Amino acid sequence: MNMKRVYVNEEWCLGCHLCEYNCAFANSGLSDMALALKGKPIYPRIHIEGDEKISYAVSCRHCEDPMCVRSCIAGAISKQDGVVRIDRDRCVGCFTCVLVCPYGALAPGESGAMLKCELCLQNASGEPACVRGCPNKAIVYEERGEAE
Amino acid sequence: MKRYVIIGNCIAAAGCVEGIRSVDPDGAITVVSEETHPAYCRPLISYFLEGRASLDRISYRAPDFYDRAGCTVLYGRRAVAVRPEEKAVELDDGTSLPYDALCVATGSSPFVPSMEGLENVRSKYSFMTLDDAIALDKAVAPESRVFVVGAGMIGLKCAEGLLGRAASVTVCDLADRVLSSVLDFECAALVQRRLEEHGMRFYLGDSVLRFEPDTAYLKSGAVVGFDVLVLAVGIRPNVSLVKDAGGEVGRGIVVDEMMRTSLPGVFAAGDCAQSFDVSSGESRVLAILPNAYMQGHAAGVNMAGGREVFDKGIVMNSIGFFGMHAMTAGSYDGEVYEEKTESSVKRLYTKDGLLKGFMLVGCDERAGIYTSMIRERMPLDSVDFGLMKRGATTAGYCKEKRGKMFGGVV
Repeated sequence: MNMKRVYVNEEWCLGCHLCEYNCAFANSGLSDMALALKGKPIYPRIHIEGDEKISYAVSCRHCEDPMCVRSCIAGAISKQDGVVRIDRDRCVGCFTCVLVCPYGALAPGESGAMLKCELCLQNASGEPACVRGCPNKAIVYEERGEAE
Repeated sequence: MKRYVIIGNCIAAAGCVEGIRSVDPDGAITVVSEETHPAYCRPLISYFLEGRASLDRISYRAPDFYDRAGCTVLYGRRAVAVRPEEKAVELDDGTSLPYDALCVATGSSPFVPSMEGLENVRSKYSFMTLDDAIALDKAVAPESRVFVVGAGMIGLKCAEGLLGRAASVTVCDLADRVLSSVLDFECAALVQRRLEEHGMRFYLGDSVLRFEPDTAYLKSGAVVGFDVLVLAVGIRPNVSLVKDAGGEVGRGIVVDEMMRTSLPGVFAAGDCAQSFDVSSGESRVLAILPNAYMQGHAAGVNMAGGREVFDKGIVMNSIGFFGMHAMTAGSYDGEVYEEKTESSVKRLYTKDGLLKGFMLVGCDERAGIYTSMIRERMPLDSVDFGLMKRGATTAGYCKEKRGKMFGGVV
């Protein structure tokens, strides 16, 4: 399905981790960033990977054939209009999605229920906060086909 | 219009319905459901006992799932025979259901060995179905002493579900450790310790010699008094429908990568089937929910004349108790890379230049990266395994592979 997804250009990623903070804030439900994040553990749905040479941000790929959807033992993960979404009230925190996601794109939040990128379509940001806040425009939100 | 029949109504059946409908929007689908519930998340029955999953949330799909898919569900009906030469399924009410393509998704049943005096125990339960869980839910009172025979996944999850609501929960197993089918002694000890910290009691490497109505006498000489007995010794795939019809069965119903049994027009999927296991190279029963769904889906697509193969099956498990998670996958074969702390064990098994399996207890971040390396049979010399073995990361893949993973639609 053609739709916009979050992509990162790894040659431009500075590894500054700002996307992680913007993600956690956008999904906090609070309007004050300091109140939402300061002095607390954060639970971002995007994370920086890499080493000293290379870095890039990883979040859900919203796969065409998502292993997490097929594997969820609680029927909590579904794909709707191209977006892989999780019903956190149904999630029992069994980690099966963590066991099957080839991208490492799911992680538990504070309550133990899993968190994943839902493209900020349901929160106050309305568009991916990681993209909007990326200082080097390394993270983009666009439509692409299969990688070459 | 093609006629599809599915025997069984759990995860594989739901996958089969969705698989059929992805190819054929019109064919008539009939689901024979011995259980009187819509498809539900079977592993959640322990969470139901614990009070963390309500009956309305345990359903696997939305309430209108069957209507929207245009399925007829025969609740409370049991298939008693498959007649491949007539292309019909005989039901327990004497009626016959004709089919063009059939999927056997009958799951497995608890296996109860004969034990002396068991027939005199009144309050005894299995833990396989939602009805089992509902019955147990009614039977257990705050003052109940619960005795669980079997420390595998079913027994332990049941024990965990009851721990907070019974006076005591005691577990016995013939094996010298908990979860003996997936964990080695050291990993099992971590899980056991966590359960003991929460009050569970164990008799391991022990077995019941005989029962009296409210007492178990163990081989070790221990005597366990109980009010409620749960039998979770093991399960057996339900193969008889296919076996009696002359189909090939091993431990499970033998299927190929398209989920076809040896009987023409008959497919099988889920816990009743045995299929190719990528990590061991053998045909095995891969009785876990993700495989049930994927096998069911593949069966459905193929029944409807499409083509979908299920050839990436591996054994894998994620099981957690009180915040401690044990994740395992593949086979424990070959050279071992190991990291240990007080509260965690990580073991990766490599052989012939491939990652074959892992055991992770208390350290499970991004384990899916390892799982996918096993599933895809990714050559270790094509990745920076030195980096990846210390922590699961896609940074160990080469730039081209990362480009494929992250640069476009996957």
